[in-house]
Amino acid sequence: MDGIEVLVRIAWLLGAASFVIGLMRMNSPATARNGNLLSAGGMAVAIGGTAVLLAVNGTVSATGWIIIAVGIAVGGGLGLYTARTVKMTAMPQLVSLFNAVGGGAAALIAIDDYLRLAGEGAAISLQVSIPTVLDIVIGSITFTGSLIASGKLMGVISGKPIILPGGRLITLAIVLLAAAASIYLWTGVVSVPVMFLVLAAALVFGVTMVLPIGGADMPVVISLLNSFTGTAVAMAGFVIGNDVLIIAGALVGASGAILTKLMADAMNRSVLNIMLGGFGGGEGTVGAVSGAGGSVRELGMDDAAIQLAYASSVIVVPGYGLAVAQAQHAVRELAELLESRGVDVKYAIHPVAGRMPGHMNVLLAEANVPYPQLKEMEEINPEFDRCDVALVIGANDVTNPAARKPGSPVSGMPILDVDHAKSIIVIKRSMGRGYAGIDNELYVNPKTGMLFADAKAGLAELVSAVKAL
Amino acid sequence: MNPELLAALTVFLLAILCGFAVISKVPATLHTPLMSGANSIHGIVLVGSMLIAASATDLLSQVLSLVAVAFATMNVVGGYVVTDRMLQMFRKKPTAPKAVADAPAPAGKGGA
Repeated sequence: MDGIEVLVRIAWLLGAASFVIGLMRMNSPATARNGNLLSAGGMAVAIGGTAVLLAVNGTVSATGWIIIAVGIAVGGGLGLYTARTVKMTAMPQLVSLFNAVGGGAAALIAIDDYLRLAGEGAAISLQVSIPTVLDIVIGSITFTGSLIASGKLMGVISGKPIILPGGRLITLAIVLLAAAASIYLWTGVVSVPVMFLVLAAALVFGVTMVLPIGGADMPVVISLLNSFTGTAVAMAGFVIGNDVLIIAGALVGASGAILTKLMADAMNRSVLNIMLGGFGGGEGTVGAVSGAGGSVRELGMDDAAIQLAYASSVIVVPGYGLAVAQAQHAVRELAELLESRGVDVKYAIHPVAGRMPGHMNVLLAEANVPYPQLKEMEEINPEFDRCDVALVIGANDVTNPAARKPGSPVSGMPILDVDHAKSIIVIKRSMGRGYAGIDNELYVNPKTGMLFADAKAGLAELVSAVKAL
Repeated sequence: MNPELLAALTVFLLAILCGFAVISKVPATLHTPLMSGANSIHGIVLVGSMLIAASATDLLSQVLSLVAVAFATMNVVGGYVVTDRMLQMFRKKPTAPKAVADAPAPAGKGGA
């Protein structure tokens, strides 16, 4: 090992250390940004070190340099452009897309390595074939799975669970096929066609795994796939014998697994239950709350404005409907107006409001909503009892009292106790159902008044109605 | 089992434990930026992609490594930039929280 290689290895080690410290600094909002920048700096050092190593070794052909330069220019340009221009509401699907390409890159490394070894005609030892096959399998599942997840969030693919006839059997057959082919490769046989069979089976499995899962569960799925990518990258590290890939990959694999469990816990569902799919929009889920057929009270804009303006405390419950309508700024405007009239305004943030845990905080922070006004579920729930008006904007399942009773798809899910408020105003486009595909008995509660409007337009009208008082 | 593999397995296991330890402390509101931040970290696969690109000789290998480098760079650059955009919003300290002078008897409620 010559001097330069030692230096480059130290650069990789510095990169790995900065990833760990960066993640630790993301523990609190105050140091999080700094932590991310530290992590990015470590990444730059590790990549720069790799370039130096390749340059000093002098074994890289001109073509090799062109490949690296073009790849970095194209990938970097696309990444920078999409990350800069994405609307914050569309951010989860972009994260899923970045995850897909990361998994794809990891799989490509193993495929390339396998082809090279097979081309040399050498026997492939178990210690190489195990990580190679695992990398191909996990990386490919992540690639197609994340693309499907991203497509579901973008609305390109239906957010409803897609159940193919005999889908479970197809999935089972693919799993068996992939397992059999993998074991065959581990027996020491070197076969490029069998390797491609494993690849194809894993790619198809990624699709059949995510298709039957409802859009509401996508955050958990993306988080799980993020963890998969980490594992695939660690396997790629074993394949090419590189420690920094192993460290960073294992770090992400473990952190992603913890995060996935935390997200699933927030919805009171098990990860396995989610992965088995079929939640939401399915048949036979309506029966449990069929008693919710009472009459709905529709509220006029002026009545709603009077209720809000003369309340002493208002809790805003924002949901995904607010995010899709881009109404974050409108809600902040209304809240400031009410505050100027002496109304105490707080926001109740359900852990899974929006599309990912913490997503709603990001959206509201973007609209300059003061951070201390955002309350988490445990903190705000007791306050609903003392609150005059709960203003529900585009949130549905997370407010459904049916969750407290057994026998409904949302049973057991922690909800915001909106129905404890003295009165409730719901801004919603229609009586349509949420992701769970069930009726919400909150809407027929005598205390509830419905304002049928797009979140943004409705809020704008409310603002002018309050101003006119 | 050769010493290199053993060393790699040691590193692998310790890094996994490290990942568990670091994450369990992160508050829920930061989960989305955290997921995105972790997502950019596995962009380190770019180092591996560059190494295979450097040794690619036949056309197939060159194409595979070109795609790998482009994918990995997109993961790295996009991941860090979008995470930074999210975190920037948390850092922004808008006007100090207004003193809610005439709030109704909320004594004992959690303030901050």
